[in-house]
Amino acid sequence: MMTNHGSRITQGQFSFLPDLTDEQIIAQLKYALSQGWAINVEFTDDPHPRNTYWEMWGLPMFDLKDPAAILYEINQCRKAYPNHYVRVTAFDSTRGWETPRMSYLVNRPKEEPGFGLWRQECEGRHIRYTVHPYATDAAEGERYR
Amino acid sequence: MNDMNRSQPINERYKAGVIPYKKMGYWDSSYEPKDTDVIALFRITPQEGVEPEEAAAAVAGESSTATWTVVWTDRLTACELYRAKAYRVDPVPNRPNEYFAYIAYDLDLFEPGSIANLTASIIGNVFGFKAVKALRLEDMRIPVAYVKTFDGPPTGIVVERERLDKFGRPLLGATTKPKLGLSGRNYGRVVYEALKGGLDFVKDDENINSQCFMHWRDRFLYCMEAVNRASAATGEVKGHYLNVTAATMEDMYERAEFAKELGSCIVMIDLVIGYTAIQSMSKWARKNNMILHLHRAGHGTYTRQKNHGVSFRVIAKWMRLAGVDHIHAGTIVGKLEGDPNTVQGIYNVLRETRNEVDLPRGIFFEQDWAGLRKVMPVASGGIHAGQMHQLIHYLGEDVVLQFGGGTIGHPMGIQAGATANRVALEAMIQARNEGRDIWNEGPQILERAAKWCAPLRAALEVWKDITFNYASTDTPDFVPTATAAV
Repeated sequence: MMTNHGSRITQGQFSFLPDLTDEQIIAQLKYALSQGWAINVEFTDDPHPRNTYWEMWGLPMFDLKDPAAILYEINQCRKAYPNHYVRVTAFDSTRGWETPRMSYLVNRPKEEPGFGLWRQECEGRHIRYTVHPYATDAAEGERYR
Repeated sequence: MNDMNRSQPINERYKAGVIPYKKMGYWDSSYEPKDTDVIALFRITPQEGVEPEEAAAAVAGESSTATWTVVWTDRLTACELYRAKAYRVDPVPNRPNEYFAYIAYDLDLFEPGSIANLTASIIGNVFGFKAVKALRLEDMRIPVAYVKTFDGPPTGIVVERERLDKFGRPLLGATTKPKLGLSGRNYGRVVYEALKGGLDFVKDDENINSQCFMHWRDRFLYCMEAVNRASAATGEVKGHYLNVTAATMEDMYERAEFAKELGSCIVMIDLVIGYTAIQSMSKWARKNNMILHLHRAGHGTYTRQKNHGVSFRVIAKWMRLAGVDHIHAGTIVGKLEGDPNTVQGIYNVLRETRNEVDLPRGIFFEQDWAGLRKVMPVASGGIHAGQMHQLIHYLGEDVVLQFGGGTIGHPMGIQAGATANRVALEAMIQARNEGRDIWNEGPQILERAAKWCAPLRAALEVWKDITFNYASTDTPDFVPTATAAV
């Protein structure tokens, strides 16, 4: 079990808050749309902090401007992967940014075992560290059952 | 170009002796700056009896080609080109005997990509010049042609966020306290607790280098244990700014290399190491995929008084060119100097792709940054969770908010202090995005989050009455009154 605040992974911009309700998600979607950003939904069962490329739930919704329709896609993804991490990102294509401007989790596995820290002891008190998600001991798709 | 000295015949201009700078060709009210000119705006307080145009011409002369007397060797050069030209002088509003002087310098006066060379001209001899009582460099326009000779920040805001996988909110940091006396083992404890509790970064202070109580290798080793433990405990990328400031470049490179070997994502330097050392470390950071944090140690000696020195917005421009990723740039609400408009002007210099003229914020020139990466400003010094709405209102979301005492001094411990800050931050960003008026509703938003978050409740209780309400010394002299201090 994780021993940090909330006993859970704290990636994303709202991980220290109670899980967002659908209404709260809609409010955040409206904000992103008002800025002209495109919403993207992604999921994974490998929560390593440097796992950048989560699986995409379709393409970023460049042309979808209706928050309810976007929430529908989020819910479809959550339904398909109820025990995965699902995150919503908002992508800004303007010059000087061209990068995500928001990123927050909207779904988690029921239990989050967290990470081990592997230490390889080298010369001169040097230690090489590896952060290892316990969940990834199982094969892709067979984690968090 | 014509000889600037139009009013007198050549043989008069070069007669041995002393003639006014104005007559030597350093004043030309009809001069129109070229797009490729470097322009400097000085605040000049002339000595009694020295007229402002002459003082401006003298500053132009002393910061470019002039010496105190006429030299015939000028005539071996295209000297009109190398002379800086003072072309405009305005009285400073509400400040008797102070003048804003605009001075243009041809691009060829400067070595490409060298802050040392730029500053050796612009602030070299001239600040000790007797004809002016006081002198301040207020702002500069760096032409795109010159900007393009600098590499700029090795990482920048966009790439830093991508590397850290942190978007949509300010980053959170803290400086390890006490500054002095902790052993490496004890020091790492503070780092671990703060990172695990919810901060993104912890930081060495400016004067933590390698003293008898804690040698640098020991600190680096324990801090990286703390960073990796905290990363495993939270699933987030974490970092600690390892200060590599040292007596020599060789020492700094050695420390930076060690930080890299240990897997640190960020190293830190102090402004006091000097412009050349900063540019060297920037090159090193670029080569080694490292974020470079700059603490502005020492700047207050020359940035704070408005009649003499160099304004911090100019230092900020130089540091964006020199290439740092983080720079301490003021908090507005904390314990250190910072008029709201002035600080916002500095933040804009660091973060925008292009600055428009914005006199209330002290920005006198348009500045095109020509694709140079953005610097992440750092707000550090006497701030706490109860000010979160004010911090976000003034500073926006691309900033590192550093709560040192406001984390480590928490009555329930360091982890709780970090958690309080993170909850306050996320709750405030959520509310802002929902369209709430955080400036006015901020306290209620915090109170509501504190109902379910005991550490935040305790933080709000302990620091509820802490404000640093002093008048700012460095305010723009364009609007008649400064914006209210908080």
